[in-house]
Amino acid sequence: MAMDESLKSELQKAGVFVTSIEQLYNWGRKNSIWPLQFGLACCAIEMIATACARYDMARFGAEVFRPSPRQADLMIVAGTVTKKMAPQVVRLFNQMPEPKYVIAMGACAISGGPFKEGYNVLKGIDRYIPVDVHIPGCPPRPEALLHALITLQKQIEQDHLTGKRKLRAYDREQKAEWLVPAYGEHDLEPPRNPEVWKPEPQVRPEAK
Amino acid sequence: METLNQIKDRIEAAVPSVRLAIEGRSLVVDREHLLEVARFLKNDAELAMDYVSNLCAVDWLPRKVKVKEGGQDVEKDLPGFLEVVYDFYSMAKKHGPLQLRCRTDGREGMLSLPSITPLFRGAEFQEREAFDLYGIRFKGHPDLRRILMWDGFKDFPMRKDYQQPDDHEWEPTPHDEVLQQAKKHWPAPSAAPVKPA
Repeated sequence: MAMDESLKSELQKAGVFVTSIEQLYNWGRKNSIWPLQFGLACCAIEMIATACARYDMARFGAEVFRPSPRQADLMIVAGTVTKKMAPQVVRLFNQMPEPKYVIAMGACAISGGPFKEGYNVLKGIDRYIPVDVHIPGCPPRPEALLHALITLQKQIEQDHLTGKRKLRAYDREQKAEWLVPAYGEHDLEPPRNPEVWKPEPQVRPEAK
Repeated sequence: METLNQIKDRIEAAVPSVRLAIEGRSLVVDREHLLEVARFLKNDAELAMDYVSNLCAVDWLPRKVKVKEGGQDVEKDLPGFLEVVYDFYSMAKKHGPLQLRCRTDGREGMLSLPSITPLFRGAEFQEREAFDLYGIRFKGHPDLRRILMWDGFKDFPMRKDYQQPDDHEWEPTPHDEVLQQAKKHWPAPSAAPVKPA
C-alpha cells in the first residue's frame, strides 16, 4: 500500500497526483472534525474562545460544534469531570458514531487536577474512555487546544482502514460500547474500567 | 444598623425565653427559638432582614478551649457539634450582615435544626447543601434531599470524620496523608523490583 514518497513527489512535479483511497479518505476526515458541543467547567470557556474569531478553529475545519452526539466525531472533555457527571460523559461517548476521538482538555480532565484528592472528582476521564490527546494546563490556552487538534489530525492521517492495524471503528471484533459506571455508596462502580485504564505497575521508591 | 447588643436586647424582649449569646461578630441562638428569631428579624420594621445571603454548616470536633475564670486561664472541654451559620442582609434598608449561628446537640445520630425555608425561600438550596454534605436534617424543609451528591450516596463527605474510599493511585511526590495512603499500596519489599516502562 505504501508508496515511495520521493517517487510521489517526482510525479507531482510532473503534474501527476497519486494517492490512495486511505490517504484521500483520511485527508477528508481530518479536515472536517465535528466536535461535540459540551463543556463541563472553566476549560469550556477556553474552548469557546478557540472556536471564536480570534483563535478561529475554523481554520482547521473543526468549527461545526454539534449539539447532538449522533453528529459528532470528537469529544472535547473540557473541564472537571465529577463522579456524578462521569456516567453521563461515558453515555454521550457511547452515543457518538464511529470513528470517534477524544481530547481530554485541562488538568482536571486528564488527572483530576487540583481536585484529585477530593471525594467527588474523577481522577481523569481516561479511566472510562480511551483518550487520544491529553492537554495539560489549568485551563490550557486556546493555542494548546489548537495544538491538540493538529496532533489529532496527524493521528487521523495515520489511521488504517484495512489490515492488522486498522482503526477500531472498522474492526467488527472490537467493542464499540464502553462501560457506563453506576453510582455506588461512596464511589463509582467500578471506580475505573480496567479495559481502558492500564496504569504502570507500582514501584517502591527505594527500588528505583 | 444597631449594634449586636441592641439587637440582642430587642430580640430578648420580643421572643420570650430565648437563649442568646454573642460570640465574636455573631449571635448564637438556641434551636427551639431559631425560627421565631428569624421571623422577628424579617418582620421587624427597624431591621427588615429580607435576604439570606449565605447559609453554611461547620463541623466542630470536640476540643479544648481556654476560658478566663477568676483572672486565670482554665482549659475546658467543649463537646463537638455541627453549627449552621446564617448571614442576613436587608435589601430594603441596605444594611447587614447580621450573622446568626445555631448548633446541634452533638455530632452523632439524627441531627436536626429548624428550617428557615418557609420564611426565606432563598435558603432552600443552601439548606439542601448543608444536609447533603454535613447531614443536618432541617425540620420543616419542603424538599430535603441531596443536591450535589447522587441519591444513593452514603455518609456526609464534608464531615471531618468522613472516610474516603481508598482510590489511591501513583503520584510522583507523595507527602503527608497521601504518603501514608501510598505506603499501603507499595508492593512488598521481597517482590522483584519492577522498572517502569
